[in-house]
Amino acid sequence: MNEWERVLRVLSDPAVHRAVWVQTGQHIYLSVVPVLAATLVAVPLGIVLTRARRLAEPVMNLVGVLQTLPSLALLAFMIPLLGIGRLPAMAALFLYALLPILRNTYTGLRAVDPALIEAGRGMGMTSWQLLFLVELPLAFRVIMSGIRVATVLIIGWATLAAYVGAGGLGDLILTGFATVSAGHIIAGGVPVTLLAILADWALGRLERAVTPRGIRV
Amino acid sequence: MIRFEEVTKEYPDGTRAVKNLNLEIRKGEFVCLIGPSGCGKTTTLKMVNRLVEPTRGTIYVDGQDIMKVDPVQLRRRIGYVIQQIGLFPHMTIEENITLVPRLLGWDKERCRRRVEELLPLVGLDPDQYRHRYPRELSGGQQQRVGVLRALAAEPDLILMDEPFGALDPITREALQDELKKLQSKLHKTILFVTHDMDEALKLADRIVLMKDGEVVQDGSPEDLLRHPANDFVAAFIGRERMAAAVGATPVEELMIRRPVTAGPNKGLAEAVQLMRQKRVDSVVVVDEENRLLGVVTAREIQQHRDRARTLGEIMSGEPACVEVGAPVTEALQRMFVERLDHLPVVDRERRLVGLITRTTLVDLLSREGWPNGSTGGSSQGVSA
Ligand SMILES: Nc1ncnc2c1ncn2[C@@H]1O[C@H](COP(=O)(O)OP(=O)(O)OP(=O)(O)O)[C@@H](O)[C@H]1O
Ligand SMILES: [Mg+2]
Repeated sequence: MNEWERVLRVLSDPAVHRAVWVQTGQHIYLSVVPVLAATLVAVPLGIVLTRARRLAEPVMNLVGVLQTLPSLALLAFMIPLLGIGRLPAMAALFLYALLPILRNTYTGLRAVDPALIEAGRGMGMTSWQLLFLVELPLAFRVIMSGIRVATVLIIGWATLAAYVGAGGLGDLILTGFATVSAGHIIAGGVPVTLLAILADWALGRLERAVTPRGIRV
Repeated sequence: MIRFEEVTKEYPDGTRAVKNLNLEIRKGEFVCLIGPSGCGKTTTLKMVNRLVEPTRGTIYVDGQDIMKVDPVQLRRRIGYVIQQIGLFPHMTIEENITLVPRLLGWDKERCRRRVEELLPLVGLDPDQYRHRYPRELSGGQQQRVGVLRALAAEPDLILMDEPFGALDPITREALQDELKKLQSKLHKTILFVTHDMDEALKLADRIVLMKDGEVVQDGSPEDLLRHPANDFVAAFIGRERMAAAVGATPVEELMIRRPVTAGPNKGLAEAVQLMRQKRVDSVVVVDEENRLLGVVTAREIQQHRDRARTLGEIMSGEPACVEVGAPVTEALQRMFVERLDHLPVVDRERRLVGLITRTTLVDLLSREGWPNGSTGGSSQGVSA
């Protein structure tokens, strides 16, 4: 039996098909939850940092350091803290997703033309109104692209979650490694790639749909 | 409407942007703050709506100390047009214009009607423009909307910081005209910052000229042009504008008030005697009611000495003259074109009130704004 036949056999195996569907579902869950959580934390944190500029630098540095840790190392680091399974994997992915979102929120808000902020203030907006009516809408595109980058990144990294028994398409890939089966690697790798592309496209569409015509590029 | 009392602003870095400012702006006045860059105009303006808070002193708006008013409420009743344009790019024209009304809680219908009222004021068709975004408008149109936005909630007081600074000269003038028209309809109190003297002269009822955080002169455009407080003001206003203004001076300000006069029956010898005594080279001939009959010069007397006996016999029939109130330039032009040495000034009943002579030109030239050896274009008619 040559290599191609083995690959085809694996790819046509109904058990593998089932595994792809189940693991894709897990994979989406593993990626979406950390990204959502990171958004919920990083956007408000970014807003706070624009109001407390002195905090901005140390916080951004700290988050930057987290991101430079090799992902496997971070994952391994989570195990003694949170055990194995989904939770440590999602915690690690959450930490990874923070930085791009935080950075884009902060720079996006900082990039809003100060003249516009002053116009808003001068016209009698409260600081909340200024935030929701002027700053966030104008920084929206940059923040959204931070979320997009984070999502694509996390979908890729979520494959590693299989190492700590969190499931996801990484399982198929790990099986492929263990049994030297290209079929399993393809069965896991292609859906991950498709997911990432799809997420990028969908978030791009969403961003365009929500951005007012006046500031679309 | 606005009163500054001993207001000083020191920025944290020690810059004293405004020093001991005392200024009162009355209701309905259009006041231009003008001065070189960095003199504190913007700082002064922003202190009114508390975007900047004074270090010392008190500012009253409508008799209220503004430090005792909630800044958000204060700002909502003061229109504000920032330098450049400052329209929100993510909001439509309608949303931009109705921003303050919406903050004040106006209902949708009222906002919509307000937009329909306002856009035509600056020549924009509501149906065509209300749903556009700022970037879909030209710079001039955006600036018009910027002004409307400040008017939307019907504030009595409007602050404008170089609103037309970024526009090309033609659009700028058009907008100035529109603003002036608008103001003559609406009678708002406007504090307008500019560093363009022409703009200030055109728009302002009153000009406040600042330098290094202090007021150098405060007066009507007329005042500034004709009586600049010092060299700085004169230099800032510029020679050409002052020359033009001096030219617009009415004749009675420059004329000789008590010209030497004589009745038509005065003998020539007597007239010569009179002229020598008063050291003048002409005499104005008037009747008993001081009505102008003519002018006779020493030279004419000499020419007619053999044939005539009295002034009445040699004066020309219809003497040239100007009425009070005519600008000096008009008088000078006539003297030049009609080759006159003297031009009597009369009132409505042709009674003599004064005389313009060539010496008047010298007086005019010696006025501020006409420095020695001026080569300004407007001096041409004079030196010819
Ligand atoms: N936020 C600030 N912090 C420190 N100094 C400031 C600040 N804003 C203005 N200044 C200084 O205060 C002075 C007056 O500034 P201001 O902006 O009022 O000038 P201006 O007359 O409006 O000038 P321009 O015509 O250039 O707009 C300047 O010396 C300026 O550098
Ligand atoms: Mg300024």
